[in-house]
Amino acid sequence: MTHAIEIRDLHKHFGKNEVLRGIDCTVETGQVVCVIGPSGSGKSTLLRCVNLLEEPTRGKVLVEGVEVTDPDVDIDAVRRRIGMVFQQFNLFPHMTALQNVMIAQQRVLKRGKKEAEKVARTNLERVGIGDKAGSYPAQLSGGQQQRVAIARALAMGPHLMLFDEPTSALDPELVGDVLAVMRKLAEEGMTMLVVTHEMGFAREVADRVLFMDGGVIVEDGSADQVIGDPQQERTRTFLKRVLHPEG
Amino acid sequence: MTDRLPPPVAAEPGGKARLSPRKKQRISRAIQYVVLVAIAVGIVLYADWGSLAENFAKPDVAGKALPELFTVALRNTIIYSVGGFIFSFVLGLVLALMRLSTVRPYRWISTLYIEIFRGLPALLIFLLITFLPLALPGFAVPGGTYGQGILGLGLVGAAYQAEVFRAGLQAVPKGQVEAARSLGMSAARAQITVIIPQAIRIVIPPTTNQFVALLKDSSLVLFLGVSGEYVELAKFGNDLASQYANATPIMVSGLTYLLVTIPLGHLSTRLEKREVRAR
Repeated sequence: MTHAIEIRDLHKHFGKNEVLRGIDCTVETGQVVCVIGPSGSGKSTLLRCVNLLEEPTRGKVLVEGVEVTDPDVDIDAVRRRIGMVFQQFNLFPHMTALQNVMIAQQRVLKRGKKEAEKVARTNLERVGIGDKAGSYPAQLSGGQQQRVAIARALAMGPHLMLFDEPTSALDPELVGDVLAVMRKLAEEGMTMLVVTHEMGFAREVADRVLFMDGGVIVEDGSADQVIGDPQQERTRTFLKRVLHPEG
Repeated sequence: MTDRLPPPVAAEPGGKARLSPRKKQRISRAIQYVVLVAIAVGIVLYADWGSLAENFAKPDVAGKALPELFTVALRNTIIYSVGGFIFSFVLGLVLALMRLSTVRPYRWISTLYIEIFRGLPALLIFLLITFLPLALPGFAVPGGTYGQGILGLGLVGAAYQAEVFRAGLQAVPKGQVEAARSLGMSAARAQITVIIPQAIRIVIPPTTNQFVALLKDSSLVLFLGVSGEYVELAKFGNDLASQYANATPIMVSGLTYLLVTIPLGHLSTRLEKREVRAR
């Protein structure tokens, strides 16, 4: 059986700075995997290597059996199957929410305008903001923008979704809406790789949790194991800081 | 004047304090007004208004400028400027994209072009254009005189417009390309659909300024040796001025330029403010 994502001995250097130092892991179809760890641990870089927004220095990344690190592979075709959601939303500010969700369908999947609009409206409904279709990103709250971004990715019919700290730029009272959408996606069986600081979400939704520090995976196991009963000292220190910031 | 604040003077009760800063300022302001009025009165008294009006604002000479001032001269100025602007807009965008390209020779070519055409006086370019037929026998710039004027303005304007576009393209956040690419768009598609439309919005205010600069530079068409139906405002004013040995037509041309450039300048300022608010 092919894995949804397979990562073998992945290294990434930025100049002299070794951000990833040998990552091995797999994500199975339908799994929700949360990546946690201190800032600078390489979580986001790992995620960005999966759809090649960062070019790995060494190692292999396979998505559904296709080696994305192979220079001969059509990376645009692979990316169509990978939805990505960014910390800063990255909506296209010159387009309405509806157009944001339609544009890649039309330009990349060559869907007709009518079909693209139908799919877009369905997905905006799905994330709970069907009534904001005509609004521009600047007119939406952070939480609404992030949900448009999720709808934009979903409209492409991705096989798996990457979330790069999707709630970190949100006001605290807006985090819940976005997490609810992600929880629903997980329940529907979407394969998800999520970099997050939301321990509650990880604990409740993740099938597996990876704890990263210093460019390596320190701990890999079920949410209860890694968050509830960490085996490594580094994991324990990190969780103590995150869960009890006042010390 | 020192930039340090004077030590606070304890207010002396009884009002015997020396001049307070505010009083000093009021007196200084009054002195400035007196000087200004004195200068104005001096100008009014000593200038020879009769002679000035005779040479710079003679109504009957000004009347001779009509209607060709608008039907020929302004019309041609606008043809040269708009034509040159479109030329420079398209070439400028191409140069900016080349300048930001990952292909090194593209960057070299673009940088070379921009350095040369920004470094040379526009007048020199126009003079060179008049020699083109000598350099390339059998070659004629399409569009005749209009074509030559537009070519000159476009070549020079493109170098400046390229830098304006470069700033605009670089002002679009990196996350925009990443979002577009992660949706499966090719690099070219991402530029066309996502980056360039945003960059153009960003550069509308500076581009309006570019257009004003280009409109003023269109006066250099004079050096192409244009005549008759091809004259634009500056040449038109100059010709009439020579004909009547009177500067009034040049003043009239100048006013006509201002009629266009001042509103455009204000438009640019308004657009800039709107841009700031939209952020």
